[in-house]
Amino acid sequence: MPIDLNTLKTAGPTITALTRPFWDAATDGRLTIQHCEECGRAIFYPRPICPHCWSKRLVWKDASGRGRLKSFSEVHKPGHPGWLPAAPYVVGLVELAEGPTMLSFILPGTRPQQIGDMLLLAPTAIGGRVLPAFIPVESRAEEKPQ
Amino acid sequence: MSRAKGAIVGIGELKPQRLTSGLTTLEMIAEVSRLAVLDAGLEPAAIDGLLVGPQVGETPQHVPATIAEYLGLAPTMANVVDLGGASGAGMVWRAAAAIEAGMCDAVLCVLANNREEVAPRSPNRNPIREFDVPFGASGANISYALLMQAHMAEYGSTARDFALIAAAARANAQLNPDAIFYGKPADVEAVLASPMIASPLHLLEIVMPVAGGEAVVVTSTERARSLRKPPVHLLGAGEKVTHRAVSQAPSLTSGPLKSAMARAFQQSGTRADEMDLLSLYDCYTIMVATTIEDAGLCAPGAFGAWLNDHDLSHKGAKPLNTHGGQLGFGQPDLAGGMTHIVEAVRQLRGEAGERQIGKAGLALVTGNGATMSEATALVLGAA
Ligand SMILES: [Zn+2]
Repeated sequence: MPIDLNTLKTAGPTITALTRPFWDAATDGRLTIQHCEECGRAIFYPRPICPHCWSKRLVWKDASGRGRLKSFSEVHKPGHPGWLPAAPYVVGLVELAEGPTMLSFILPGTRPQQIGDMLLLAPTAIGGRVLPAFIPVESRAEEKPQ
Repeated sequence: MSRAKGAIVGIGELKPQRLTSGLTTLEMIAEVSRLAVLDAGLEPAAIDGLLVGPQVGETPQHVPATIAEYLGLAPTMANVVDLGGASGAGMVWRAAAAIEAGMCDAVLCVLANNREEVAPRSPNRNPIREFDVPFGASGANISYALLMQAHMAEYGSTARDFALIAAAARANAQLNPDAIFYGKPADVEAVLASPMIASPLHLLEIVMPVAGGEAVVVTSTERARSLRKPPVHLLGAGEKVTHRAVSQAPSLTSGPLKSAMARAFQQSGTRADEMDLLSLYDCYTIMVATTIEDAGLCAPGAFGAWLNDHDLSHKGAKPLNTHGGQLGFGQPDLAGGMTHIVEAVRQLRGEAGERQIGKAGLALVTGNGATMSEATALVLGAA
């Protein structure tokens, strides 16, 4: 039986004033990322300047929540002891439809993950906080995110 | 009077504050760097050298890569200058020297610090800590597993292909009595049977952490001529830093060593296939696979076939990590990358004893940091 991820004693994010909109949105079940009004690109993770053109004209916009699995690993020996009860679990690199890539927790789908899988945002309570996790698209109808 | 060594062309400064509530040093570095580069009238992409200070606590290691990634830079020279109050001046001189040496053209030298009323409980506040760790990704194993999985998906490389690298390292370590795995060979089957740590990465594809130390002495070629041992010459070098977190890697199947090695070959007028010794950084099997491909020794994705076609021992045509590599010797933390240099010097001097390679004229040495992020390549030549 899968364990309740919310009971894990994992390390939460180290939030700063700059990054707070991202985490506040996550708590609301949204994924919000910065967009550069100068060069038009979306960026991840949040910064005070755009890493592509160094403009400071960055605005927060909710992402579509769609992404593509660029790579993944099933973790058997976690690097942090708080994750031991959840092992094995899957983390992956999610290329967001808006462009940038983020690392996230990948919920189990109906079949084993494959690189190239289409993913959807699946806000999930992990370690006492709602995080922007993802789930394979095909699985969404059958499995309700925790 | 001698000619000028360099020039300062841009400046930036942040207004001092008694306290910075919730600002990170990285955020402040971004702000002040932008001011200096704007003042210089340069595009950010023109910055190809980066000198930064240490960041105790906030980012304990890999500081230049963390800052480069944050700023969207991919410098060909990146360093920490840790000289206290002389750090700023030390940076300027090093910047000029690096430019004169052909390492880079435009160097950003930057120092900043925040000041919190109460030090945060978790002092480590860099992007990996904030955006990777909460999702269950702590440590390098998972990052390299993600690179390995991507290689397998893109090229169809197999677990056995990667296991060949670990088995070869263990085999070579049997001729190095100092190696941690001396007397403990492991064949491909043993590597594949070892526990899965983070799929597709097996335990025996990961270096064993050990205590240790390595050192080298560098001098001018003129001075070297009169010394006791035959000199080993640095014929060419290259460096590149592209990111820190695996999520920010520009490619998962090719790394910054590609351009670092290309510069080292170009500077030395050599080619990858002319190397008599490959002394390649091997924290994980995937790192060696990618390096063989990035060096141009085989086509992208073809490392498995290349390994099968070559004898990697000291007796073979392509000796690879004759000291056992870190996978066979053990990884004494940051000194692990220097084992590849020390072994190359031994081989090029003809001092490798039982494991001496035949022709020992040229060696390729690579170093790699973080997640295929920080890369330096050297071409060394026998006197
Ligand atoms: Zn921009």
